[in-house]
Amino acid sequence: MSILIDKKTKLIVQGITGREGEFHARQMIEYGTQVVGGMTPGRGGETALGVPVFDTMEQAVAKTGANASVIYVPARGAADAILEAADAGIALVVCITEGVPVVDMMRVARRLAETGTRLIGPNCPGLISPGKSKVGIIPGNICKPGPVGLVSRSGTLTYEVIHALSQRKIGQSTCVGIGGDPVHGLGYIETLELFDADPQTKIIALIGEIGGTDEEKAAEYIKKKMTKPVVAFVAGQTAPPGKRMGHAGAIIEGGTGTAAEKIAAFKRAGVPVARFPGEVAELIAAKLATKSKSRSVAKKKK
Amino acid sequence: MKLHEYQSKAIFAKYGIPIPKGTIAENAEAARQVASQLGKKVVIKSQVLVGGRGKAGGIKVAATPDDAETIADQILGMTIKGLPVRKVLVDEAINIAREIYLGVVVDRATRRATMMGSAAGGVEIEEVARVSPEKIIRVAIDPAFGLQDYQARELAFAIGIDKANVREFTAIATGLYRAFVDVDASLAEINPLVVTGEGKLIAADGKIVLDDNALYRHLDLEQLRDVDEESSEEQQARKAGLSYVKLDGNIGCMVNGAGLAMATMDVIKFYGGEPANFLDIGGGAKADKVKIALEIILSDPNVKAVLFNIFGGITRGDEVARGIVEGLKGVKTNVPMVARIVGTNAEEGRKILANANMLTAETLEEGAQKAVAAARGQV
Repeated sequence: MSILIDKKTKLIVQGITGREGEFHARQMIEYGTQVVGGMTPGRGGETALGVPVFDTMEQAVAKTGANASVIYVPARGAADAILEAADAGIALVVCITEGVPVVDMMRVARRLAETGTRLIGPNCPGLISPGKSKVGIIPGNICKPGPVGLVSRSGTLTYEVIHALSQRKIGQSTCVGIGGDPVHGLGYIETLELFDADPQTKIIALIGEIGGTDEEKAAEYIKKKMTKPVVAFVAGQTAPPGKRMGHAGAIIEGGTGTAAEKIAAFKRAGVPVARFPGEVAELIAAKLATKSKSRSVAKKKK
Repeated sequence: MKLHEYQSKAIFAKYGIPIPKGTIAENAEAARQVASQLGKKVVIKSQVLVGGRGKAGGIKVAATPDDAETIADQILGMTIKGLPVRKVLVDEAINIAREIYLGVVVDRATRRATMMGSAAGGVEIEEVARVSPEKIIRVAIDPAFGLQDYQARELAFAIGIDKANVREFTAIATGLYRAFVDVDASLAEINPLVVTGEGKLIAADGKIVLDDNALYRHLDLEQLRDVDEESSEEQQARKAGLSYVKLDGNIGCMVNGAGLAMATMDVIKFYGGEPANFLDIGGGAKADKVKIALEIILSDPNVKAVLFNIFGGITRGDEVARGIVEGLKGVKTNVPMVARIVGTNAEEGRKILANANMLTAETLEEGAQKAVAAARGQV
């Protein structure tokens, strides 16, 4: 198993004829993702990378039965692309685009609450279920299948942690980049809930960063509801207040959103916090080792 | 991007929000003229993009045009929290009976714009939130319908607005929300919203922060950008499409990705060093971007070592290395460079970098330790 995407995921690439869209569509196809079509207004009837291109998402869904889409269109068209996918009945929309205005995203969030569409992003690397499917831009070659569920607000920092895990021969069930914008779709809590219910996932790595209070809320959720262990890392311990650190959402405002507060919240919830990204893999290796030990002890007792 | 008080108030006025009569002045003589035209007591207000102007002595009352000239001359020579005062706003003085706070922010948790009101106006809302959060009343706004009159009234009654002013307050609140949406703000606030001795409401001060991601559709507002808001390096970085924040340490950082850039700074600190900056060069490491980024980093005289941390991912490691070496060619420096790259062919990449006299590392921890040592002269 895995969460959100697997071999059955049928994907439309919105913006497949653009430079980014085409490059990553090719990567996804090579990885084994079922890309069933692309969409670019005005390019309907053409073929790109061996799949049909449609003018509208409605046509794309009607012709292919797609249940997911990934968006590589420029920021000014991204909100429109999300809404079009949602209205066409797509269940999972992944928006890679960075720089979407927050006023647009508030409208999108409002609309998606009505359609029930699940959105990942924007300003995110997408997600990957190693060995099954990838939707987005996470490099497939650094991932391997296994027991770790990963959820993160960042892109390359996520790759860093995946890489550290894979180097220790620890694989991943699904890695989800939820995005670095202040208003985004899927959050930590929904992702944790999915991981907790997923049989393949044995342990979760949560990668946070400064800004907002999502990590604090996740810590509370972990303490109250999670049955599986979680290990965390929070980036931005050295970030100054009032400065946006690259991501639109990574800013300490009015004294809230500091790394220190988030780390304290995780510690209160009994979640071990890595001091640097590589240590996430160390902590997870240690947890998995004690788990398998206790399991073999339990077996012996029988 | 932040707007000045006078720019924010001009926008508010377009949405029917009453503001004091006043004009901007760039020299003492102009301030005198404005004061004499207004023909009454005025307030001279420094226009700098920081809070705490009043406490710093950047806001003063002038009784006569002569006073206005003297005070403007004094304020225009000031530097407040590192920012030079280049303009003053000369506003008619108003008779303050009561000060209220009214603002619209993006609430990340509810994914909605939220209007906040408080009877405790005139002080920073962050301070109110810290000391007496119960004094802040919040109303979440549905983006499909906008702020409704009844919501504004609820807010008015909750913060104790006089019945006679409720209609006026409602018009101001709905105007503020419309302004927030129309200019694509991430913050729009009136602090204080003054109830005058004559029983009228007036926006005595205003602040708007624009969403940088939406500036493409507000080219007129982008022209209002104050050059002093950013350092010249930050400006150069923004124009080159790089995210850069200057810090106080001595180890320059060049990283692809914002989260990884923050983590790189944290690891430097963990090994006893201090990062000199945050810098995200974006995807891959193209020679032209590396060159600009390096020039920006090295323009800081504190920098004693530079750490490159590039996670290639899909980009090949040797390609990244060639980009770095190519970018380095155009920059003359003796500062030691440490590079840590990951990606297919990373080993080949490290060879290329070593041949270009760079120190190399396989892991981020190793790279940070080498950079810390290099900054201490222990190469």
